[in-house]
Amino acid sequence: MSVVEGDELPVHLDVAGAAAPPRLNGELVFTEPWESRVFGVTMALHQSGAFVWDEFKDQLIAAIGGWEAAHPDGQDYRYYRCWLDALQHLLADRRIVTTGDLDHRLDAFAQRPADHDHDHDHDHDR
Amino acid sequence: MTADPRTRDLPGPALRAEALESLLVERQLIDPKVVDGLINRYAHDVGPLNGAKVVAKAWTDPEYKARLLADGTAAIAELGFSGPQGEHIVIVENDTDLHNVVVCTLCSCYPWPVLGLPPAWYKDPAYRARIVREPRTLLAEMGLTLDESVKIQVWDSSSEVRYFVLPQRPPGTEGLSEEELAALVTRDAMVGVAEVAAP
Repeated sequence: MSVVEGDELPVHLDVAGAAAPPRLNGELVFTEPWESRVFGVTMALHQSGAFVWDEFKDQLIAAIGGWEAAHPDGQDYRYYRCWLDALQHLLADRRIVTTGDLDHRLDAFAQRPADHDHDHDHDHDR
Repeated sequence: MTADPRTRDLPGPALRAEALESLLVERQLIDPKVVDGLINRYAHDVGPLNGAKVVAKAWTDPEYKARLLADGTAAIAELGFSGPQGEHIVIVENDTDLHNVVVCTLCSCYPWPVLGLPPAWYKDPAYRARIVREPRTLLAEMGLTLDESVKIQVWDSSSEVRYFVLPQRPPGTEGLSEEELAALVTRDAMVGVAEVAAP
């Protein structure tokens, strides 16, 4: 089944292969809230025509391949870490959100009070 | 990729995801409400997509449907779906007079390549016993009330054969594409405990 550009329906998601998202009983599996956010953000950008799906898929396959090359033991694999890397690279390559933009925003986040109410999981080293 | 400076010593993924989203929202490239809706739809409404694609193709391509009914495993493999528990898939087709429903009375045999792993209720002893003994009552309890005129056929998967229900295409969907149709097909409809609803 082919990719339908701009299609609002979910069926362009790959169900098999290296870039397929984790599923349990056919349903997508998110282990942390940020994973669903980055998934939804990606889908919303795609739906709005910010990129064609294959561009993202190529980035995702590259991110997964990069992770596998760096982690030959395969331990602690996190699919949505690769997804986030892929989105970040795609947005940087397309000059939609540059690395500088993102760093600037992260610096601003770092200035927030320690008790700021955000869903940051303090998982800095995964 | 591994030496890419953009991925080295980055803050945690939750923070990066939040930063990206906040920038995209500020620039009006995405709407948080749309993101919420997409997450909800994908997380909860997307059933076993492989089977749904098979059903949608059968609804839109009569020649494919004929091949599917003649040899389920081979026709399913045409779409790239194969593997354990999929060696002998038999498709049973619903129509206005006949409703098919699948069970495995002995264990929980299930066509993995098209439906994924079985849901808890499929493995439950109560479902396995009652769907054979009183299918009409149990289906009604599960939310599918069939007219008395509709015959119910219960298929007991064995150690060799895996049954897969081809549901009826809902009325009013003539204008939908194969992709749009696939999005309507649920896991429960392909087991036979539900019908496919029009959008």
